[in-house]
Amino acid sequence: MKYLFAILFSISIISATSMGKIESISNAAISSCSDAVTLFITLLGIMCFWSGLMNIASKSGLTQKISNLFKPIIKFLFPDIKGDKKASEAISMNMTANLLGLGNAVTPLGIAAMNELDRLNGHSTEASVSMKMLTVLNTASIQLIPTTVIALRLAKGSQSPFSIMPAVWVTSFLSVCAGIAVIKAAHCKDTVKSTNKKKRTASL
Amino acid sequence: MNTLNLISAAIIPIIIAFVFIYSIFKKCDPFEDFIKGAYEGLKSAIPILPSLIILMTAVGMFRESGALDLIINIISPFTNLIGIPKECSALALIRPLSGSGALSVFESILNDNSPDGFIGLVSSVMMGSTETTFYTMAIYFSATKVKKTGCTLPAALTADFTGFVISALAVRILFSI
Repeated sequence: MKYLFAILFSISIISATSMGKIESISNAAISSCSDAVTLFITLLGIMCFWSGLMNIASKSGLTQKISNLFKPIIKFLFPDIKGDKKASEAISMNMTANLLGLGNAVTPLGIAAMNELDRLNGHSTEASVSMKMLTVLNTASIQLIPTTVIALRLAKGSQSPFSIMPAVWVTSFLSVCAGIAVIKAAHCKDTVKSTNKKKRTASL
Repeated sequence: MNTLNLISAAIIPIIIAFVFIYSIFKKCDPFEDFIKGAYEGLKSAIPILPSLIILMTAVGMFRESGALDLIINIISPFTNLIGIPKECSALALIRPLSGSGALSVFESILNDNSPDGFIGLVSSVMMGSTETTFYTMAIYFSATKVKKTGCTLPAALTADFTGFVISALAVRILFSI
């Protein structure tokens, strides 16, 4: 992330200069800033609403019930939260919203889960494995019914707008698996390193 | 189709009503809990704005600069080799960067191609199975104090790339095109 913006800005300027589009990127720079604020205000309402709703569900014990359903998955994907109740509840709600395709609710519930993981991580500046895992699950979300795509296909005159669903399931499942595998592999190296270190210090 | 439309339109109102009714049923005070939770949400939303501004500015400039067309022209010979049409590569490139950008590219693909043809199907599968990676990452991490994200971006981009390759493969196999 550190280099990302520097790279994006330099690519933009180089290609805009070569294609004579300097003026349009200058306009884009200004209009995008205000677009971001507009988006933030929309997001603010949604965030407040879903956080409020989530709090009702959590106080009444509803989230507890849902998180019980996700227990095995959470245990596998987030071993380092050690079954923390609040964090697993927040993660389960985020997963539910992802599966149901509740586009607007996914982000607030994901951020709530992220804050719980941040608390477990002692507000460190280094992301915990669970935080990485949650983010990757959300960047490659599994949706049971991709409603936006289906609606757009129907609008463009598709004969079978739903026919893509099995292919979407297979694709998103495999892409999520690939993301999980990268994190698990990177983390696996860490644990090997730390056990090796322990062995070395023990042998000394 | 109408049933699905109805379900997807009804699901959020049903969830809202259900949460409130369940809370009353459990003898809690949904109004008070809502206010408290919403205030927490308000507080956790504020840190997101700065990273949202820089992300959207960078992506907005990138989209307008025409860099995307340049990159597509460079990589399309390679993506053609693994059986992915040029139009779909464009979608795959914009998808992790910008949600609205991807939607407009997707719409123009469906305008120029049949939604039930190979290009239409592959781009539909791509749209349905991936998310706006950079946006999600920026928002999720800016809500916390994390600076070192480690392998998150490589992992997320691996997932995106896998989705991109598999979508063409899945369409070929499942639709036997």
